[in-house]
Parts: sequence; C-alpha cells; structure tokens
Amino acid sequence: MSMFWTIWISVITLGSIIGCYFLLRWCLSNKTGVAEGESMGHEFDGIEEINNPLPKWWTIMFYITIVWGLIYLALYPGLGSWQGLWGWKSSNQNIQSLEESRQARADAAEQGLLVQYDRELDVAAEKFDPIFEAYAQVPIEELANDPEAIKVGQRLFLQNCSQCHGSDARGQNGGFPNLTDDDWLYGGSPAKIKETLIMGRQAAMPAWLDAMGEQGIDEVVAYVLSLSGRDVDQELKQAGKARFAACAACHGMDGKGNQALGAPNLTDNIWLYGGSQRAVTETLTYGRNGVMPSFKKTLGEDKIHVVATYVYSLSN
Amino acid sequence: MSEISQAQPDYNYKVVRQFTIMTIIWGIVGMGIGVFIAAQLFAPMLNFDTPWLTFSRLRPLHTNAVIFAFGGCALFATSYYIVQRTCQVRLFSDKLASFTFWGWQLVIVLAAISLPLGLTSSKEYAELEWPIDILIALVWIAYIINFFGTLVIRKVSHIYVANWFLGAFMLTVAVLHIGNSMAIPVSFTKSYSLYAGAVDAMMQWWYGHNAVGFFLTAGFLGMMYYFVPKQAGRPVYSYRLSVVHFWALISLYIWAGPHHLHYTALPDWTQSLGMVMSIILFVPSWGGMINGIMTLSGAWHKLRTDPVLRFLIVSLSFYGMSTFEGPMMAIKTVNALSHYTDWTIGHVHSGALGWVAMVSIGSIYHLIPILFGQRAMYSTRLVNVHFWLATIGVVLYIVAMWMSGVLQGLMWRAVNADGTLTYSFVESLEASKPFYVVRFIGGVFVVAGMLVMAYNTYKTVRAPKGSIAADPATQPA
Repeated sequence: MSMFWTIWISVITLGSIIGCYFLLRWCLSNKTGVAEGESMGHEFDGIEEINNPLPKWWTIMFYITIVWGLIYLALYPGLGSWQGLWGWKSSNQNIQSLEESRQARADAAEQGLLVQYDRELDVAAEKFDPIFEAYAQVPIEELANDPEAIKVGQRLFLQNCSQCHGSDARGQNGGFPNLTDDDWLYGGSPAKIKETLIMGRQAAMPAWLDAMGEQGIDEVVAYVLSLSGRDVDQELKQAGKARFAACAACHGMDGKGNQALGAPNLTDNIWLYGGSQRAVTETLTYGRNGVMPSFKKTLGEDKIHVVATYVYSLSN
Repeated sequence: MSEISQAQPDYNYKVVRQFTIMTIIWGIVGMGIGVFIAAQLFAPMLNFDTPWLTFSRLRPLHTNAVIFAFGGCALFATSYYIVQRTCQVRLFSDKLASFTFWGWQLVIVLAAISLPLGLTSSKEYAELEWPIDILIALVWIAYIINFFGTLVIRKVSHIYVANWFLGAFMLTVAVLHIGNSMAIPVSFTKSYSLYAGAVDAMMQWWYGHNAVGFFLTAGFLGMMYYFVPKQAGRPVYSYRLSVVHFWALISLYIWAGPHHLHYTALPDWTQSLGMVMSIILFVPSWGGMINGIMTLSGAWHKLRTDPVLRFLIVSLSFYGMSTFEGPMMAIKTVNALSHYTDWTIGHVHSGALGWVAMVSIGSIYHLIPILFGQRAMYSTRLVNVHFWLATIGVVLYIVAMWMSGVLQGLMWRAVNADGTLTYSFVESLEASKPFYVVRFIGGVFVVAGMLVMAYNTYKTVRAPKGSIAADPATQPA
C-alpha cells in the first residue's frame, strides 16, 4: 500500500474518532444560551426540546470506547500499512499457491511472527499429527478392527465426503457411488481405495448420439438393461447386442466392466446415474463425466489412510 | 388533538395516506412470505418442486418486501408527514410526491415479478437488476428534491432533529444505492458488478450494513423523534444529546461494513477498522434510545393505558438491545462463533421486527386517525391485541434464533481429542430443527398482528368522518 493511501486512511479514521471526542467535549458544557433543564425555545408542531445535560454514564462509555478504539488501532493493523505494535496478522496475505503458503508459514515460524492462522495450524499439527502418524503405520486390514480408528475415520468422512456420498455413505443418484455395497468402480482393495482418495478419479463416458443415432441408442439401452435381467423388447435387444462391441472396449464383452478404467459393471443392476430406461438413454446419448477430487492436499496421506480404513470397513 | 383546531397550512396528506395504506399491505405480504419460507426450512416439501416457490428465490423477495416495500413505504409516509408538520408548510411539489408514490410501487411490483423469476444481481439486499436500479435511483432523487425542497421553503426558523435524521438517511441511501449497484449490463435482465473479488465484497457490505445503518436506523430514528414526543405529549429529553448522537452516528455507521467480512479475504486493516468503528458506534446508537425513552419521563403512567405508546417504547427497547448486540457481534472473537449461524438471523430480526416494524406500526396507529379525519382508531383494544401478538411473536422468533445460532456455533467448532470435528453439518441442522418450528410460530404471531391491524385500519377508514370518539387512553396530554 502506498504512503498516500496510508495517510488517507489514517487521517479520515483518526479524524472521525477524534472528531467524535471533540463533539462530545463540546456538548458536555452548556453553550446553548439556555439554562439546563429548560426548553430550547423552539417548537415544532407542538414538540419542544429540553436542554438536558448528557447522561454521565453514557459520556463515560463514549470515552471508554474512544480510548479503546485508539489503543486497538495502535496494537493491530488498521491504519493503512501500519502493522500494529503487536505485529499480529490473521494470515499471510497475497499468497498465490499452496507452496507459497507453506513457505510463508515456515518463514513466519522462523522469524517468530504472530500469524494467527499459522500458529493455529502449528498447534494443531503438534497435537494431532502424531495420532494419525501412528494410525498410518498400521495396515488398513488390521486397522479396520480398531473401533476407535473407525470412529475417527467416520468423522473425517462426515466432514469431507458426506456432501456427495451421503452421511450413511450410500451415495446418491447423479454419479455419487454407494460405498457400502462392495461394488467398486476402481477396485475395493485397501490400496485401490487409498489411490482413489489420494489421486482422485476422472471418469469419462462418451456421448454416443452422433455415432449411433437415436434408434441405435434405443437398441443398446435395451441390451444393457437386459444384462441386469430386465424385461426388454427382444428385437431391440438383439440389435443392441450387435452394437455392443463399441461399448465392450471399456465395459468388456460380457458387460462386467473394467476397474482399471473405472468402467462400471453393467450386469449387477447397480446404477450410478439411475437405472430407468430414461436415465440409461440419457447416459448413452449425452455421456457422463464423473469426478472424484483428490484429497491429498486437503487431508494429507495419514488422514487419508484412516478415511480409507473407514470406507474399507463398510463392505468388509 | 388540540393543534388541529389551530390555523394550519393545507398539507398534502394524500401521498401520506397512500404510503400509509401500502405500508400495511406490503407488511402483510412481506412478512407472510417470510413465514412461508420459515416453514420451508423445517418442511422443505413446501417448495412443491416449483422453482419460483423455492427458498432461494423467495428469500430475496421477503427481504426486499419487508425492507423496501414495508419499511420504505413507512419511511415515505412518515417523512412526508413529519417534514410538512415540522416545517409548517405544504410539500415542495405534489407532482414529485405522486411520482415517488407510483414509482416506488412500480419498483416493488417489478421486484415481486423479477425475483421469483430468478433474475438477480446476487448482491444481498440489492438483488434487483439494473433497469429497476435505475428506476429506484430516479424515484429516490425525486424524493430528495421534494424533501429538501420542503425544508428550504419551511416557515419555522430551525430544522427539527427528526428532519436531520431523515435528510441523512435519504442522501446516504442515494450514495450507497448508486455506488453499490454500478454494473455492466449484458442484456435487459442481466448485468455484472463493476467491482470484482474482495473489492466487490467490500462494496457490497459497505452498502449492506448501511442499508441497516441509514435506511433501517437513521430513517426510523427520524420517525421516532417525531412520533414518540407527539404520542407521549412530552418534550424531547435532551437537545444536546440529539446533536452528539446524530453526528457521531452518521459519521461512524458508514465504516461498519467490514464486520460482515471478518476472517475472509478482506485485508486485516479493513477488518480492524470495521470492528473498531462498530464498537464505538454502540454509544451514539444508545444516545437515540436514551433520548426516546427519557422523553417519556413524567408520562410513564401512559404506558399502562396507551398501546400506541407501548409500541413506540418497546421498539426503542429492542433498538437498544440490538444496537448492543450488533457491536458485540462485530468483535472478531465473538464473530468467530456467531458468523454464518442463526444468531445473525435473530439479530437482524430483533432489529427489523422489534425496532423497525414496531416503531412503524406505532407511528401508523398515531397517523391513521389524523389522516382519515377520526379522533382515534376504530378499536384501541385491537391495537392492544396487535401489540401483544407482535411482542410475543418477536420474542419467540429471536430467542429461537439465539438458541439455534449459539448451538450451531458451538457444534461447528467442537473438536474431538483426535482433532476431527465432533459434528457434521447435517447434525447441526437436525439440532436446529425444533428452533425453526418455534421461529415459524413467532412469525405467525407477527403476521396475525398485521392482519388485526389491517382490519382495524379498514374499519377506521370506512367509518363516517369524525364518527369515532376520542379514546382518552391514547390522547396526548
């Protein structure tokens, strides 16, 4: 901030506060020319005003808040680029990336700066990191038998995952998988669950309208629904089966999917975007783009280990 | 009313009557919508899967309707009345008065159409799109010209304190509205703010908090400074107190906006200034309350018999309460608990229902008999019924929101021994549900009171002129 703005801010801030002080002083003594307790002598539509003095307790409160305000502005940043006598900051400002933030935090710790956010992070890290470091040493299969660890994992899940997957982890329609049914898109082994959490996932079901046409899509939908044992038009189904080769590249010839690609199993009557004829038609016509975000930066690998344990425990 | 018998100028009461009646109508509409969306918060099926009935679209309609339609009409009505009576002169221009009435009603109708359609600039309390914003600015400038024009041609030597507040309210709201609504239109119904990022947030809350400070406080203090001494039949307690608290209030309020943005991307220095000024502001705010309540000294007994005076004095108590609560919530450490919780909603409503609505209702009960040639309201008993419905409703509302808000704040920050949060968001929502029901019941009380008022007003207006006898309870000494 330039010197101009610092002076501008300081002058109008202090001017307002000190202006209030002088206004108060000015009105404390009676300069109205009318004795105290008497009418001011003007009358407006029958309303008169009395020249009563300011209540003392009110005046004292006014002085206290003014003095407190000036002290606060001396101690804390407020007057433009003035940093305050205590050198306090809420956070490192003008940060553009996580790396810069980490660097600024390290610098602040080294120089003993009072950056509140950093301090709070440091306190939390010191107190809680060892708990998760200890958990991270235990393999997930084994940790899943520790009820305390499961509870911790569940709480992390409720805070970070339930927005999409639901408080009960049963997911919701619209591409948020149920995590309790042992039906896995990318694999349900502890390592795979962790990989999903750390790396995130990006699924891409292409749109088939241009390639297949509406008739073609109707046929493939009939065939796909039949894979889960649903009653469909036999003619459409047969025609759809012939077209399914295009789908088999990802979903496999038998339609059982491919976990390496995150291509869902189409034979188990479990549907990520809805299993009605209309929903499946929409999936084929316009495609789908499922995104699982990476939680590496948000949670860190140790906490991910505990969340993964909770998710693993839901179906094992 | 002894002064009626004196020779007095031919005041323009037509525009005052128009705005007064619309205040009651918009009050019922705005508060009714509020009660409906309050019900949606514990019974979400009440949005009937219809986009324009959802909370997201009706909430801005509720806030705009109660602040600018109900509150705005009350301010127009009382300011036009006060400025004429305290200047002893007819309004500067009847044509401008008529333009402000019809223009303002058009703004309200356009808001009632465009907000449910989902047309919004997405700035809180300034959601209306740019063509309506321009109309508001034109109406407002006409209002300012008319008000200050009347002050210029006044027949008394001094300008009464109520007019200081009303004048400050009008000028500042013009600056705030025009400043914050600056936008680049991309179509007739869509525009983008001229400001970006943290600057936009700062502008928004500079506007937003001063919509509270000047529209909902300074304007209504002007109302208070006329109707309290008038209804009590007592002189204003302290002229000097009104000088100090007027200048201190208007110079400090304009800084308070950043306290809405504590712990955000707003720079530290701005947050500090917002907090410091908010806390000093507490004292001049109470100056107004003291001056109003102390005006009653020597006439306290009237509170026993006069429900109109009771409305006015209880409104000042709520004003004192919420102007203590506001600076307290502006302290960063308190704000860390209260921000984003229902506590804020409770605070706003103790100001909006307790202060703004009650002082307006009291003033309107004073006005209606005078405007429609009667000596009293049709039924003083019904005024009393309204008083108790309103008071019980407001208390239920704000106590429910306080409890819900503090509960939410505590649940959100509760941490386990392992550093994980104890409660998920959904759990705090579940905990709030009973309070949402109580809040809804409080709202029903308030709206029921407004309906009683509408009935009482209808009977007063329809009665033959002069046929309602004066009620000794409500007459000024």
